[in-house]
Amino acid sequence: MGIAKVWVYAETDGAKPHSSTLELLTKARELGDTVEAVYVGADADTLAGPLGEHGATTVYAVDPGDGLPGVIGAAALKELVATHQPDLILVAQSYDGRDAIARLSAVLDRPVITNGTAVSVDADRVIVGTAAFGGNTLVDTAFTGPAPYLAAIRPKSFPAEPSGGGPATVEKVAAADAGRAGAAKVLERHVEEREGPKLEEATVVVSGGRGLGSAEAYEPLVEELAKLLHGASGASRAIVDAGWVPYAKQVGQTGKVVKPKLYVALGISGATQHLVGMKGSDNILAINKDGEAPIFSVADLGVIGDIHKVVPKLIEAIKAKQ
Amino acid sequence: MNIAVCVKQIPDPAVPGELDPQTKTLKREGKLILDESDSFGVEMALQLVDKAGSGEVTLISMAPNNEVSGLRTALAMGAAKAVLVSDPALAGSDALSTAKVLAKAVERIGDIDLVLTATESTDGYTGTVPAQIAQLIDWPSLTFAKHVEVGDGKVTIQRQTEAGYDEVEATLPAVVSVTAGVVEPRYPSFKGIMAAKNKPVDECAIADLGLNADDVGWAGARQEIINIAAAPAREAGEKIEDDGNAHERVVAFLEALKVI
Repeated sequence: MGIAKVWVYAETDGAKPHSSTLELLTKARELGDTVEAVYVGADADTLAGPLGEHGATTVYAVDPGDGLPGVIGAAALKELVATHQPDLILVAQSYDGRDAIARLSAVLDRPVITNGTAVSVDADRVIVGTAAFGGNTLVDTAFTGPAPYLAAIRPKSFPAEPSGGGPATVEKVAAADAGRAGAAKVLERHVEEREGPKLEEATVVVSGGRGLGSAEAYEPLVEELAKLLHGASGASRAIVDAGWVPYAKQVGQTGKVVKPKLYVALGISGATQHLVGMKGSDNILAINKDGEAPIFSVADLGVIGDIHKVVPKLIEAIKAKQ
Repeated sequence: MNIAVCVKQIPDPAVPGELDPQTKTLKREGKLILDESDSFGVEMALQLVDKAGSGEVTLISMAPNNEVSGLRTALAMGAAKAVLVSDPALAGSDALSTAKVLAKAVERIGDIDLVLTATESTDGYTGTVPAQIAQLIDWPSLTFAKHVEVGDGKVTIQRQTEAGYDEVEATLPAVVSVTAGVVEPRYPSFKGIMAAKNKPVDECAIADLGLNADDVGWAGARQEIINIAAAPAREAGEKIEDDGNAHERVVAFLEALKVI
């Protein structure tokens, strides 16, 4: 038996729904009789098709104007929840998803379970699975209070599969008064030019760690190899903390989870913090000076060596082949 | 310019964590240290107060057993004082309960222009507490900041987004969460460490904050861990030592995977 109504907080990637939204809709179909989406953005009509194809029958759409989507979304959700009574609300563990679910949790006084990698319903009990301790331990947590239950799910936890449904009905909802929270305004949006694929969607991810020795080594070793392999570049927490690369590149427990066909770890020791973000990769290549580094325990091919020596030769060899 | 910085005192992340089989919460027996993620917020606060030319930095922490060792580290960096909430009723608290406590602590200090937090703690990493605090005290929240400016009664940040970053502004008071690497945290000086020992720590229990035991801890979390299992382990594969030609083996590996 499932529950009656599951909502998914929809996010976009350019003009399309974000892959994590389609993943959540796919899972929601399995859990509830009715699946609906809530979208905070200006261009809801273009989403009706793809969201409907993945199982949403209705999209409640709120235009945030220059407000922060998470803040405006939570204010709107408060009223929508009271009217439509969903049993479970799923968001992606993303920037806006976390903002929205956090505020909603405080507005409704409901707990939120974060970093979920699994969701299931047993009788009418909703259970969220999370991975603890670098993914070594799987923990199942059941909500015990009243609905709606709130969960933030890590992207790439489920496959996205169309249901064959027709376009969803778009129901536009006026932006509710967000109180003083609404004082936060977006002045300007900067889209950073990105070469190659996105970190979470790349088939190859090349990441660098403290073994790089300096921020300057990131470009010629990590970026260059990523470019040659048509992949994305990532980083361990250590070099994000050190300010060498931005937080957006961080792979790990406090960062992004990636599951590429090939993950390349350069000069990364493999703290549990990092392993949780990449050990679901199909294949792992690690190059590190320290033969005892924990990264080798998950690597399909481990090279004990100096990345400053091995990687330039590797780059030359790949270039020679192309 | 008065700034409150929420800091978490956590078990050393270098020591592998464990769940208590009885209570199913993280074992927190050893000494706690300042979460490194929070050192960025502390540094940012110190710099902003410096720049403003007046005001002070107050730390807020919730920890078991009146633990202060992590707080002393942040006090040694230069924070003026701390509020420490410690209460047996807080055991089992989830992110929302934590936010309720921290929000009340902000109100207890009073006269705060800005609350700074990390994006997420190293051990809990929900990433929800900053926005939950803001909602509870009805303040704007500017999250995932990779750059922060304060002036003219306003705070402006560069907020990390999937596509790049947004410039976001709000009038003060506001809550801002900062990403790691946003500033370079200072190391406490010897003088700082000595001074920290005598800086005031306002220790309080939940009743002092006007909270009930039902609002927080196990009761407030309204969730139950029903199963804990070991994840399937990943096997190590081939390991070679670089003899100057390891790149050739790597090329063969990449070719077999058809990525080159």
